[in-house]
Amino acid sequence: MADTASVYLVEHVLLVAIPDNITDTEIMSLQEELSTRIVSDGARGVVIDIAALEIVDTFVGRVLAQLSSMARLLAAETFVVGMRPAVAMTLVELGMDLHGSRTALTLSHALRALRSEGLA
Amino acid sequence: MKNALQTVLALLGEDYDSILQAWLETQKAEGVRRPDLFSDRESRRQLGDILRGLGEGISRSDLSEGIALDADSWTDLRATLDEVTQERVERGVSPSEMATFILAMKQPVFARLRERLAADPTRLIEEITQFSRVVDALAMHTNEHFIEARDQVIERQRAEMMELSTPVVQLWDRVLTIPLIGTLDSMRAQEVMENLLNAIVEHSAEVVIVDITGVRVVDTQVAQHLLRTAAAVRLMGAEAIISGISPKIAQTMVELGVDVGEVTTRPTIRAALAHAFRRVGFSIEKVENARG
Repeated sequence: MADTASVYLVEHVLLVAIPDNITDTEIMSLQEELSTRIVSDGARGVVIDIAALEIVDTFVGRVLAQLSSMARLLAAETFVVGMRPAVAMTLVELGMDLHGSRTALTLSHALRALRSEGLA
Repeated sequence: MKNALQTVLALLGEDYDSILQAWLETQKAEGVRRPDLFSDRESRRQLGDILRGLGEGISRSDLSEGIALDADSWTDLRATLDEVTQERVERGVSPSEMATFILAMKQPVFARLRERLAADPTRLIEEITQFSRVVDALAMHTNEHFIEARDQVIERQRAEMMELSTPVVQLWDRVLTIPLIGTLDSMRAQEVMENLLNAIVEHSAEVVIVDITGVRVVDTQVAQHLLRTAAAVRLMGAEAIISGISPKIAQTMVELGVDVGEVTTRPTIRAALAHAFRRVGFSIEKVENARG
């Protein structure tokens, strides 16, 4: 299960790329792993790359929102990056605008933002 | 088999050129020749094609049971008529002009029938009635196709307008704008959102200015559309600025209880651009001794 979405630590920032075929159980275990790693690695930022996701449902949307809230409790800023236009439209349609998490176009945009805030 | 229109058929064969000429003259007299839209050569080609198709159709069909234009024998003529109609619709000919254009064929043919069948009045009346029915059927067919063609033109223009009315423009590196004009219904709002989000990916834009200076009415629904667009833009990782909010629109929005939340708003596109420049790290400087 660990190979479905690997979590990497780069300069105090945890990087995760979510694959397109991720299952509900996998995303739940990812949530668990992330929360553990934020604490054990002392991460100040989390970047979740969802560029591979072509479809989202309310479940994935809710988990993404929960990930952000959870990270914030552990003093880490979460960025969701690389969202596709179709996914953005679906999420808005579903009324899930990921209020707690920040967004950026790409991974490098997110890293730049984290650096400018002294978190990376 | 004796053709009910054998004299007409003979005329079309022997007198082709003069009939064509007379048809043109009649059109001119009726004011439907439209030399402003079609050159003499084009008109002659159109009329010639129709006359040839007509001769073909008459010779191949049995008219004793009335005329059925959708029969196989008329295929060529139908195609020609459709083509001519299409050409004339596209250049803006009116429906009545189009009908008169075809009906003008009667007069020259009738005149020639009268000459040729002067000795046989029964036959004359028969052929005139018969030919009249054929030409009427042609005019009717033309009219139907005319309306079809015009519907297509309208549909195409609607699609083009849709496309034109939602242009995404790059103002600067990483700064886009979409000036909205007219009314913003659900269909257009969807179109706007799609175009905008795709443009964000294409240009790696970080700020997009949604300018509503040209939007006539902002009601709750329009405000919802705008806010949803802004939310989707944020999800993509860019910032949306809604600009062109006039004092009156601001008042209406407050009265309607619209809460824009964290969406940045600016009264003018100028103010929005200034904000966008700061966001992407540019500044505008006044140059001393500027020329030109």
